Amino acid sequence: MQFEYSIEGGNFSRAGYASSEVKKKLKQLNVDLQVIKRVVVALYEAEVNVVAHAYNGRMEVEIDKDKIKLALVDSGPGIPDIDKAMEEGYSTATPEVREMGFGAGMGLPNIKKNVDVLTINSVVGKGTTVQMITYI
Amino acid sequence: MKKPDFHHALKIVREVCIGCTHCMNICPTEAIRVTNGKAVLIDNRCVDCGFCYRVCPVNAIIVEQDDFNRIFEYKTRVALVPSVMTGQFPDNITTRQIYSELMELGFTHVFEVEQGVEVLFEAMTEYLEKNSKTKPLISSFCPAIVRLIQVKFPALVDNIINLNPPLDISALYFREQLVDEGHDENDIGIFYITPCAAKIAAVKTPPGENDSPITGVINMNFIFNKVYTRIKQGTGDSCIVPDICSLSARSILWSLTNGESVHAGGRSMAVDEIHNVINFLEQLENEEIKDIDFLELRACDESCAGGVLTTANRFFTVERLKKRAARAVSDTEITDQEGKTGMFRHKEKLKKRMTVQPFEPRSMMKLDEDMSEALKKMKRVEEIGKCLPDVDCGACGSPNCRSFAEDIVQGYSKINQCVFVQRIFEKKGILSPEESINIMKGVWGNEKLDKNC
Repeated sequence: MQFEYSIEGGNFSRAGYASSEVKKKLKQLNVDLQVIKRVVVALYEAEVNVVAHAYNGRMEVEIDKDKIKLALVDSGPGIPDIDKAMEEGYSTATPEVREMGFGAGMGLPNIKKNVDVLTINSVVGKGTTVQMITYI
Repeated sequence: MKKPDFHHALKIVREVCIGCTHCMNICPTEAIRVTNGKAVLIDNRCVDCGFCYRVCPVNAIIVEQDDFNRIFEYKTRVALVPSVMTGQFPDNITTRQIYSELMELGFTHVFEVEQGVEVLFEAMTEYLEKNSKTKPLISSFCPAIVRLIQVKFPALVDNIINLNPPLDISALYFREQLVDEGHDENDIGIFYITPCAAKIAAVKTPPGENDSPITGVINMNFIFNKVYTRIKQGTGDSCIVPDICSLSARSILWSLTNGESVHAGGRSMAVDEIHNVINFLEQLENEEIKDIDFLELRACDESCAGGVLTTANRFFTVERLKKRAARAVSDTEITDQEGKTGMFRHKEKLKKRMTVQPFEPRSMMKLDEDMSEALKKMKRVEEIGKCLPDVDCGACGSPNCRSFAEDIVQGYSKINQCVFVQRIFEKKGILSPEESINIMKGVWGNEKLDKNC
C-alpha cells in the first residue's frame, strides 16, 4: 500500500495533516496501537521539520505486512552537519518558529527514538530526505 | 451482525423517520447510514453523544428511558438529581421548591449527585499525584467521551482516570446510608434524572465496571415538564419539604466546563463539544500537544448544562449555577461539616470502591482484524475512492464518499448507489435509468422516487 502527501513549507496551520491521515490508515489496518503511537510521533516531528525548514516537500508512505516505510523528501536549505542536527537541543530554527512552540532541537533525536531505522540524506542548498522504517 | 458491545439509549423510531441525512451528517463517529428510507444506527460506533437527537427534524430519534411508574415498584424511591436540574428553572423558583415537587411526584428522597464530588475530589487528587507520569490523565466524567476514546482513540484508553464519576459514588453511598437507616436493600430504587443519553448508556452498561448501583434512569426533560407544570399550575401548595444537603461551590460547578480542571492542579485544560474534543485528541495522539497534566473533556457544548435532555438555554443554566455557587459556603467548610455528619465520614470506605476496571480499547476503525486482509481492503477502498465524486452528498446512504467506499468494501453497500457513478454507468450503457431508480429506492424507499414531477 502506498500513499503520498504534499507538504507546504512555512504553513504551520497545515502541519500535522499528513501525519493524521497516515495515523487513520494505520488504525484501519489494525496495526498494534503502540506501534502506531511511535510511528505517528516520529512522522509528525518529521513533517514539522519540513514545514519549519524547507520550501516544500512530500511524504511517501509504504505499508506492508511487516514494516512501515516512511520518507520525507523536501526541497530546502539542507542540513550542513547531520551529526550536529542529531544532538538533543541543537536547533537552527528562527525565533519566529520557536515562538510557535516548535524548534526546541528535539526533532531528529525524537524521531530516532521512535523508529527502527533512520536514514538522512541531505545536500546543502538542495534538500533533505529523511527515511524511517518501523518493523511491525 | 456482531453482538453490540454497548447498550444504547438512543433509538431511531422507524415509523417516524423520514429518511433525511441530518443525523447521518452530524454524527461525529459516522455511526449512521440510511437504508430503505430509514436511518440505521451502527451499534459499535455510536457513543451516545446525542447530536443526532438534536438535529432530527421530525423527532424520530428518542432517548429511551425507564418508565416513570417503575419508581412505585420500590418502597424507598430516591431521585438522584444533578445540579444542572435546578439550572433548568427560572431564578424565582427555589431549589427547595423544585425538590418538594419531586417528592410530590412520588419520590420519598431527593439526593444530589454532586454530593459525591468532595470525596471524588480527594481521591482524584491522590490519583493525579500517584500517576503523574502518565500525561495527560483524562477525566472519566463524561461517558460519551470515555466511549469516544475507546472506539476512536484506543491508544489513549490508559490515560483515562480509573475512578467512578460522582454519580456512581453518590448512588453507592446513598444506598448504603439508607440500608443503615433501616430500609430494606431490595426496597430501595435509585433513579437518576439524566441530562443526556450517554449517562443512560453508562448506567445500563458501565464502561469500566460490572454493575451499577443505580436502579433506573429518567430523562430530565420529562421530569422538568412534570415539575414545571405543577409549579405553574400551583398544584404543589402543600409541599413535603426535603432535606437538602448543602453543596460546596466546587460541587455545584463540577459538571460545567472547567468544573474539574480548575481544581486539578498542574497544567490542566478543559475542552467541550465533541467535535472540538476529537480535534484535540487527534493532536494529542500525534504529540502535537504535550505536557498537559490533566484533561477535562466533555461531549456537550457548556458540558452538562448543554446536555441533549435539558430544556433551558445552556448559558442561563450556567448563570444560575454560578449564582448558586456564589451563595454556597466555602469548600473547606463543607468538607469539615461533611466529615462530621455526611459522606466524607465514609470517605475511606468509599474510596476503596471508587476504582473502576481499566477501560478496554474497542477500535471501530479497523477494516479487518487480520492485517493482510485489511491491506487488501484498503487497496480496494483507494481504487473505489478514485471513481467517487468527493461531493459527500450522502445520496448513497453513507455520510461521505470515503465512508461509502469503506461500506462497499465491507459488503454493506454497492457502488451503483452513487448518483454520479449511475450517470457514468448510464452513459456507458451499463445501467438503465429504471435500474438507477430501483437502486435509489433501495436506499431511500419507494415514496421519494414515485413522485409525479
